[in-house]
Amino acid sequence: MDYSQFFAMLPEITLLAVFVIIFIFDLLATGRYRRIFHTLTILLMTVQIAICLKEVSTELTLFGGMYYSNSMIAFMKSMLTFGALLVVLQAHRWLSTAHSYYKQGEFYVLLLSTLVGMYFMISARHFLLLFIGMELASLPLACLVAFDKYRHNSAEAGIKYILTSMFSSAIMLYGISFLYGTTGTLYFDDMVTYITGSPMQTLAMVMFFAGLGFKISLVPFHLWTADSYQGAPTIVTAYLSVISKGAAVFTLFIILTKVFAPMTHEWQTMLYIVTVASITIANLFAIKQKNLKRFMAFSSISQAGYIMLAVISGTGQGMSAMVFYVMVYIVANLAIFGIIEALEKHYDNVELEHSHLNALYRSNPRLAFLMTLALFSLAGIPPFAGFFSKFFVFMSAFDAGFWVLVFIALINTVISLYYYLLIVKAMYITPNETPIPHIKCDSFTRISLGFCLMGIILLGICSFVYINIDRMAF
Amino acid sequence: MDFTILILVLPLVSFLILGLCGMKMPHKAAGIIGTLSLATVTLLSYITAALYFGAGRTAEGIFATITPYNYCWLPLNGTLSIDMGIMLDPISVMMLIVISTVSLMVHIYSMGYMKGERGFQRYYAFLSLFTFSMLGLVVATNIFQMYVFWELVGVSSYLLIGFYYTKPEAIAASKKAFIVTRFADLFFLIGILLYGYYAETFSFTPPEALLVAAGGVIPVALGLMFVGGAGKSAMFPLHIWLPDAMEGPTPVSALIHAATMVVAGVYLVARMFGLFIGYAPEVLHIIAYVGLFTALYAAVVACAQTDIKRVLAFSTISQIAFMMVALGVCTSSDPHSGGLGYMASMFHLFTHAMFKGLLFLGAGAIIHAVHSNEKSQMGGLRRYMPVTHITFLIACLAIAGIPPFSGFFSKDEILAACYSFSPMMGAFMSLIAALTAFYMFRLYYLIFWGKSHYEEQLALYKAGATAHEPHKPHEAPLTMTLPLVILAAISVVAGFIPFGEFVSSNGEPYTIHLDYTVAATSIALAVGAIILATIMYKSGESRLTTAINSRMGAFIQAAYHRFYMDEIWLFVTKKIIFNCISRPIAWFDRNVIDATMDLLATATQKLGNILRPMQSGNIQSYSVWFLGGALIIILTLIFFA
Repeated sequence: MDYSQFFAMLPEITLLAVFVIIFIFDLLATGRYRRIFHTLTILLMTVQIAICLKEVSTELTLFGGMYYSNSMIAFMKSMLTFGALLVVLQAHRWLSTAHSYYKQGEFYVLLLSTLVGMYFMISARHFLLLFIGMELASLPLACLVAFDKYRHNSAEAGIKYILTSMFSSAIMLYGISFLYGTTGTLYFDDMVTYITGSPMQTLAMVMFFAGLGFKISLVPFHLWTADSYQGAPTIVTAYLSVISKGAAVFTLFIILTKVFAPMTHEWQTMLYIVTVASITIANLFAIKQKNLKRFMAFSSISQAGYIMLAVISGTGQGMSAMVFYVMVYIVANLAIFGIIEALEKHYDNVELEHSHLNALYRSNPRLAFLMTLALFSLAGIPPFAGFFSKFFVFMSAFDAGFWVLVFIALINTVISLYYYLLIVKAMYITPNETPIPHIKCDSFTRISLGFCLMGIILLGICSFVYINIDRMAF
Repeated sequence: MDFTILILVLPLVSFLILGLCGMKMPHKAAGIIGTLSLATVTLLSYITAALYFGAGRTAEGIFATITPYNYCWLPLNGTLSIDMGIMLDPISVMMLIVISTVSLMVHIYSMGYMKGERGFQRYYAFLSLFTFSMLGLVVATNIFQMYVFWELVGVSSYLLIGFYYTKPEAIAASKKAFIVTRFADLFFLIGILLYGYYAETFSFTPPEALLVAAGGVIPVALGLMFVGGAGKSAMFPLHIWLPDAMEGPTPVSALIHAATMVVAGVYLVARMFGLFIGYAPEVLHIIAYVGLFTALYAAVVACAQTDIKRVLAFSTISQIAFMMVALGVCTSSDPHSGGLGYMASMFHLFTHAMFKGLLFLGAGAIIHAVHSNEKSQMGGLRRYMPVTHITFLIACLAIAGIPPFSGFFSKDEILAACYSFSPMMGAFMSLIAALTAFYMFRLYYLIFWGKSHYEEQLALYKAGATAHEPHKPHEAPLTMTLPLVILAAISVVAGFIPFGEFVSSNGEPYTIHLDYTVAATSIALAVGAIILATIMYKSGESRLTTAINSRMGAFIQAAYHRFYMDEIWLFVTKKIIFNCISRPIAWFDRNVIDATMDLLATATQKLGNILRPMQSGNIQSYSVWFLGGALIIILTLIFFA
């Protein structure tokens, strides 16, 4: 075997290197060196993004077709890394608190190892590599969810996450075994020629899909979401809701179009059901929800449904719409979680409810403003990026002939507007007996929120972003 | 010409700086930032003009059109795209000079006029925004960019008219201006879309074959675009917003509602001139008749107004109509036969911007001194405000068309163009020119001559009839008089600019020569009108004035009320449109659309309650849902798909 192939998969290798450096630093560094730990991690991750972006120009197949990378895949990787960087930036305050300070290094290492897993998920062209990637992305996440292990909720969320994750992995592995049984191969490229759409393969496909559906938190595989989002530390919730979800969405799209291409009709029907269920049911729950993090959980399930609108088309247009949607979703959602994180500092880690945001505008006009923009973006109000991303997603589904689905999604957009505006109303209109004092964010969080703000405003207006993504789609 | 981008960037940057952190800086700093950036823009505009016209003509004998920037902003399909860029050609370069000069004057003037006002920084931020938008409009490389900046100009005008937002009239006026111009812009947009659809481009030079193939659509599209232009340029019957817009600060009126924004409509027609001449000459002539009627209407109304800014507003409407008429009477693009009007119109736009800006700034100085817009509060001001008096007189002479002031030359070219179109048109326009001289000098005498309101009040005070000592009128500070003097100087000499050398309908040089019969008639009429005004108004109300007032009382009342145009509009909107269209729509909205939404909301709530048990928190039941859901999907796919 030619070991030089390892070095060809540059992003994975460098990310591993970053992982190792941080690991060793965590072991050796003491005293004042630890103070630069956060900065060091951020710098290394920035370098990692640059390396991923550099890979955008190359296309390569390694290990006899197990590993594949092209410009779109490299772009997806850099996007996920960038999202992770935003999360890490926001984590500074939480990591400086007494009960997480001593395990700061653990947080980085666990987070980066999930990122490595996601890289392999996207690049895998072989079901074994894919499965290993998925597990690498899931198991450390369970540790992260249970990071505040002495807090009851966090531990409970962790156990729920790991149990559901195991359950879904088992079902997915079961599905993969059926696929292997009917086709005799695990390589994507070989398998596609043996896919006929027999009932056995349909069974296998849905089981496989269930595994990814768990990570994307699509109905009916979503039930863990609300509990885990609520219990996990806010930073981890943010990571779960955008990065982990984004990687799974990319993987799903690649596998549906690469492996299950002969069964397009079947999986389109499947996604149809799942999309309608996800958007509608999540909306129904979000309306009633008063706990802010649970609310965001249902919002993220419904957003996942909208992303499925792009996946369902299975076209290049759908691919670019999906990538763009995830990108906009990352900045908008992270803005909201960043603000929730900042507010939690003030409320001393009480579980936040809508009423805690009352009259936020009076004392923290900037945070309230950013929150409003992010919510508008999630609801898809022009001229913010979310409008454009929703528009492209709807267009791709519409062009693929799913106009009833688009119509259902549009009605649900109206419903979602209602519950997003509830928060805006709380911030601007509802008075507050005990006003929130002015909250001063640390500079890392500020940088992160600044990126989010720029993304929300500029991604839609700067047309070249979408045009360039569209150029990379197959 | 790469530096031209700075002409757009600087005002934008100054808007952002002043808009975002203006409230934290002292008034003076805000004023200086705004003025300095504008001074740089003005300098750059002059350099641009010098380089552009200094580069000389191409082999075809025209000034080449330069496009230093053209960035594809939104590609719509293979051929159609929305671009953003900068285009330099004779008229856009000329507009750069006009806008930057007047804007700079207004910036300097406002430092004195707006001193100590609340929201001073906001005022300068909006001025910068306006200047940015207006400059972007004139250098637009395509009709869509023009439209984008057109709307931005409308927004900044709205913001500035409503600057005194605690004053109900100002709010009403700003809304009126915005709604009326937006209404007109709707037609503009439809015109643009039609044009884009058939010409397959938004640029000003579409492929000829497509235009020919489009046939009758192009004149319709151009006509619709003109409706947009008519809204901005206050052509009858869309003029109703401009007199009310005088509620804004006076320097704003000078900049936006006299010199620059209101001529955007004229500029639009000039920009599309080649298309008008080539494919829709009949639309061009309709524009001429609309312009003629507007000019006459506004001039008559101006004679009966008592608020000095309203007089100037109607005078502006009338003068812009002159420019429109000049464009409308063109029959070919050869300046020597039938295309003279184009040059005349642009020339008048240039000179008018200077002297009308001067008139408004002068009026501002007067209002600053007497704290009122009403002529009854003025009179005899020449002794108290000598600089304002002289500069105002120069502007009046210029607008009246007395040689050698600039207005004479440009107006004379317009009249010559009109006479060559039809003698009837020429005669009417000469008459309106005479009316112009009359109402301007009526205004002049009422302000500066006659009995002094201040002295009367002072006498009453000394006699013990009033309790308060009247406020003595005083000359404006240097920041305000300096722009007056500069603009006055330009108004005196601008007529001698060989304008035809730079701008003409087909780009070839055209030497301006006076048509002596036309010139003699118009001078005679103007002098006659001035003499009449002198007799009637120089020393208060003369017997002649009283006689005329009693004879024509009803007519003067009607003119004072602008021939009830506002009332007619109100009747149409409130009585007809509200009752026949809005009410049924409101009913439908309340009883059909809202009801559907209510149903949706109720259904949502009910469903939510039913589904609640699903989210039990029990991990075992989650697994059941998980597996059950997967099974249902599998069965559906196998048996139903």
